[in-house]
Amino acid sequence: MYVIVIGGGKVGYYLTKELLAAGHEIVLLEKDPRRARQIADEVGSIVLARDGCEGKHLAEAGANRAAIVAAVTGDDEDNLVVCQMAKHHFDVPRTIARVNNPKNEELFRHLGVDDIISPTRMILGAVEQDIPVHELLHLAQLEGGDLEVMEAQIADGSPAIGRRPGDIDLPDGCTMFVVIRDEVAQAIRPETVFQVGDKVIAITRTDCQLDLHRELIGSAAVPAG
Amino acid sequence: MRVFIVGCGRVGAGIAERLARAGHDVTVIDINTEAFARLEPDFPGAAVRGDGTDEDVLRRAGAQGADLFYSLTEGDNRNILAAQLAAESLDVGRVVAKINDPVRSEAYAALGIATICRTAMLVDALGEYAGLPIEPGVRGVSEATGIHPGGEHHAAPAAQEV
Repeated sequence: MYVIVIGGGKVGYYLTKELLAAGHEIVLLEKDPRRARQIADEVGSIVLARDGCEGKHLAEAGANRAAIVAAVTGDDEDNLVVCQMAKHHFDVPRTIARVNNPKNEELFRHLGVDDIISPTRMILGAVEQDIPVHELLHLAQLEGGDLEVMEAQIADGSPAIGRRPGDIDLPDGCTMFVVIRDEVAQAIRPETVFQVGDKVIAITRTDCQLDLHRELIGSAAVPAG
Repeated sequence: MRVFIVGCGRVGAGIAERLARAGHDVTVIDINTEAFARLEPDFPGAAVRGDGTDEDVLRRAGAQGADLFYSLTEGDNRNILAAQLAAESLDVGRVVAKINDPVRSEAYAALGIATICRTAMLVDALGEYAGLPIEPGVRGVSEATGIHPGGEHHAAPAAQEV
């Protein structure tokens, strides 16, 4: 598969090496000539010392036959422009952007970037997992971020205590599927009765998080993240 | 008219002064407070320090619902990001991005953002001075020629006098 990687920072460098090792055809565009040379010394002539934001450089790199363009520079604005140019001018089937400001995720998705990777959000999710507050925790993103796997811990005062799944009013976009009780994961069945200390794992659309919060955590709904 | 300007360089400061003196409600934002030295001491608008490519910052500075938004920093891509935030997330009426790379400028006009390209304007003007035949070049702001991929409500607007 032909992949163009934009940005030869740490992410772009290791990504290129891994993809090469997996046998893919790669070109890496890095605009700083010194950095480009440094990487080329190691991986060979697949590095172009070019600014991937410029249309003509993407064309030179063969963007019109690329299966994937991955923009992984440290600047959100550069990654957005690379992906938009790739998508709209070179008909690249799949564009991937690294996003540093999590607030930009929605805009990028809206503007047609296919896959959005947010290291900030991932680390945020990991940090939240270690904080013993009774909020929703982000465990993973699915379907390009439209769906999230969330964990809700049932604490004192939760409106779900003593209730069965059928008694809990959740919208269609939200499905509870596993409860972790005494460190044992069990599938949620119609006869399951929620109790204090349960951790409920649910898959939810981003816009249903407030409902999940209201039903399982209770009190003032503060969306996690 | 409420006008929001990202980037207080020579161009940003110049248009901010002119619009504010003409009685418009002008806010100019720049990441560097020293840039505000380009404004006259009695500049009648607002000058805000902040990152104009950050949605929260733009919102706090009052960009939401502005009638006109100029993205005029020295970075083409920063201007593109700020302009698309304004159009997509901040419900701004008209958005113009300065894009000095002619290829990107044309590309984004086709993607639904009005653009102004200093390079194309200067090349046209200098060619004309040298006696080259006048081409139907870029004289100022190029209105959007296409539809913004994020939403049809930002389709090419009818040309209006600024």
